[in-house]
Amino acid sequence: MSKKRTGVFVCHCGTNIAATVDVAKVAREMAAENTVAFTQEYVYMCSEPGQESVVQAIKDNKLDSIVVTCCSPNLHEKTFRDNAQRAGINNFTCEIANIREQCSWVHADKAKGTEKAIKISRSVVRRVNRNQPMDAIAVSVTRRAMVIGGGIAGIQAALDIANAGIEVILVEKQATIGGRMLQLSETFPTLDCSQCVLSPKMVEVKRHPKVKLMTYSEVQEVSGSVGNFRVKVHKRSTFVDPDKCKICDHCTEVCPVVVPNEYELGLTARRAIYIPYAQAIPASFTLDEDACLGLNPIRCGKCKDVCEAGAIDYDMRPQTVTEDVGAIVVATGFDLYGPENMPELGGGRVEDVLDGLQFERLISASGATKGHILRPSDHKEPKEVVFIQCAGSRDPAKHCAYCSKICCMYTAKHARLYKKHVPDGRAYVFYIDIRSGGKGYEEFVQRTMEDDDTLYLRGRVSKLYRKDGKVRVHGTDTLTGQNVEIDADMVVLALAMTPSKGTAEIAKTLKIGRDKDGFLAEAHPKLRPVESVTGGIYLAGAAQAPKDIPETVAQAGAAASKVIALLSQATLSRSPLIAKVRPSHCTGCGMCVEACPFFAIRLENGKAIVNEALCEGCGSCSATCLRAAIDVKNVTQMQIHEMIEACLA
Amino acid sequence: MSEQQDYEPRVVAFLCKWCSSAGSDLAGVSRIQYPANATPITVPCTGAISPMYILSAFNKGADGVLVSGCHIGDCHYLEGNYLARRKMYLIMKLLEFIGVEQNRFRMSWVSAAEGAKFAQVITDFVGDLQQLGPQDKLKRAENK
Ligand SMILES: Cc1cc2nc3c(=O)[nH]c(=O)nc-3n(C[C@H](O)[C@H](O)[C@H](O)COP(=O)(O)OP(=O)(O)OC[C@H]3O[C@@H](n4cnc5c(N)ncnc54)[C@H](O)[C@@H]3O)c2cc1C
Ligand code: SF4
Ligand code: SF4
Repeated sequence: MSKKRTGVFVCHCGTNIAATVDVAKVAREMAAENTVAFTQEYVYMCSEPGQESVVQAIKDNKLDSIVVTCCSPNLHEKTFRDNAQRAGINNFTCEIANIREQCSWVHADKAKGTEKAIKISRSVVRRVNRNQPMDAIAVSVTRRAMVIGGGIAGIQAALDIANAGIEVILVEKQATIGGRMLQLSETFPTLDCSQCVLSPKMVEVKRHPKVKLMTYSEVQEVSGSVGNFRVKVHKRSTFVDPDKCKICDHCTEVCPVVVPNEYELGLTARRAIYIPYAQAIPASFTLDEDACLGLNPIRCGKCKDVCEAGAIDYDMRPQTVTEDVGAIVVATGFDLYGPENMPELGGGRVEDVLDGLQFERLISASGATKGHILRPSDHKEPKEVVFIQCAGSRDPAKHCAYCSKICCMYTAKHARLYKKHVPDGRAYVFYIDIRSGGKGYEEFVQRTMEDDDTLYLRGRVSKLYRKDGKVRVHGTDTLTGQNVEIDADMVVLALAMTPSKGTAEIAKTLKIGRDKDGFLAEAHPKLRPVESVTGGIYLAGAAQAPKDIPETVAQAGAAASKVIALLSQATLSRSPLIAKVRPSHCTGCGMCVEACPFFAIRLENGKAIVNEALCEGCGSCSATCLRAAIDVKNVTQMQIHEMIEACLA
Repeated sequence: MSEQQDYEPRVVAFLCKWCSSAGSDLAGVSRIQYPANATPITVPCTGAISPMYILSAFNKGADGVLVSGCHIGDCHYLEGNYLARRKMYLIMKLLEFIGVEQNRFRMSWVSAAEGAKFAQVITDFVGDLQQLGPQDKLKRAENK
């Protein structure tokens, strides 16, 4: 092998580096390295003339690799790698030594700063000696997308992607799409009817030629990476053919089984064969296998007998479907914090204490009481209603530490809708403080307080219990310092929003992270709010953090446009800095197979083999291998050892 | 002891690219000053740090070695830092066993947003090493 010819380019960064680092000395020391053929200093290496001089120097001096000692690689690694390529050498033979952020800016003592800058630069020069030229890996892209979760977030994302001409598969766990929004009555701040805005979108999803809708389905397994995922989806059997079902309702009239209706949050009952809502999409009945007496004419068979359309098929089997997609949007939504965690608020066992969603169903025209507010215990109109905000939110000691963000708004909405339905009723709201940031939101809350004459009490509720057919609520009004006791006909808890059940599992299946509260984690809180840390997987809606419908829709649109941008490329390039096995050293012990977080290594004929499509280049394998048989390219063990030596020389 | 006061410990700091290296960049951008004794080596992930690197650093004359990565649960590669934590714990035990003071090896979790914490970690570590004086238990003869 002919001798290495490395060029070192030392940047002054004006005085940003030069003031506290003796740049001339750094250049001199680097010139003494026996692989360095050329050194140069310049006031701004990244300026146009600076870059030109790098290109020229590579050509004139026949350099085969370069080190630029300057600012963080996050800023100009790409700049100088492009220059290397322009000068005719491979871009992976260019490395950056960070002597600004990690040195000149943090050490005022010039002698010490210079000494450290030399060590940093020398270690990178030694590293580059063993860098191999490499080409980015081009991977083809599957021009299809999947959206997981069919709430408003998933619906919006699916429609946006489909309208860009990209095929999209929408996977929903429940028997209908729509999510929580389908359970809401009217929505703040405009008080327009929730179903009226949602239903047309649901129908559009169903009819869109580019959308493949899979309800009653869940993602089971995901493999592959950005641009090329393979997803296994499990579709439960509904035992009803949606294309034949005429939603005539004859089956529910004969079904003898009665179970609580989860779509109505237990406020009403349903049969074993049912339709979640009148607006359900797909518009079809579903047979609940667990509730049914036996899926068998001998056990019952009544529904099948009366179905004139012949839509019911007791032999319908669940299916597992494999789909190839290039990108995934996760929009699995939220649940409410379990009231059983809050004994102080009745622990979910006190009659006429409802949660916000139950209240939505109570005032919804399509709900259990056809929009009349009647309390569950005796179906009487409640004249005194207490709304309790922050139930489970903002309580790091006992419950969720975070603010659920939307409860101030929907409680104001609830109080208002209550007064509309029961003009002579009295509404009380316990709150910590009101958070109503958003267009028209503050005005909405103010109107509730003033026009609708709702009594806002600042303070927490300490306990509530059933007394003489009412719910006695003990609280404090911290503004007056008085203890308050109210005998309410009904209480509504604005329970904290939590990640939906199953979020942990789906995060694991997709290999995306969660935050400390269990919501799906974004790649960067400010700059990459809709991306997960895993390339090609995006987040939308309340699965990422509590949010209302406008924010959910905005995020879904953003996630969709990321997907469209990604899938508009013919190929993607991946970093080639991935693991490589030296078969001659590998003993097939399998330690690396265990260590790899991406399941990228398998043993074949007693030797480790890396799946290049799956490897992310983390290096966990190489740190585990006792034989130094596996290394990440250009970050090999040999290179690190030599860098260590350079740091201590 | 004037010798002790002038003594400048030599530290190798292994930083993961995604969190701690970015955190050190932030310390720089914020101009937070800290001692110049630690030379950084950026690796993709703390999971990529072989125990051999730490021994080799001591062997080549380091007075202290720092490993800093993403907070547990925030690893860019999902679980690299869990692997690192397990290995580093063993290293600590090993160093203790062969008589190297525990305080010469340190692990910290510094996110990209924690510039001040990064500076503090280095400041504290260098301060502790100054108390300990030079390391020569593992130093190779020619490095002494
Ligand atoms: C009481 C109450 C009142 C509200 N009132 C208003 C209001 O007036 N105005 C307003 O703007 N906002 C309101 N909101 C907020 C609104 O409900 C949310 O912003 C919105 O529902 C979030 O939509 P999403 O699609 O992210 O989640 P969701 O609506 O929760 O939808 C998630 C969907 O994903 C499905 N899913 C979950 N896990 C999986 C899985 N593993 N696989 C497949 N599918 C899965 C679920 O079945 C569900 O269909 C209210 C919320 C509450 C609790
Ligand atoms: S750990 Fe090393 S020796 Fe063992 S299988 Fe992996 S590469 Fe081969
Ligand atoms: S570098 Fe990381 S992702 Fe690649 S094979 Fe090794 S352990 Fe797996």
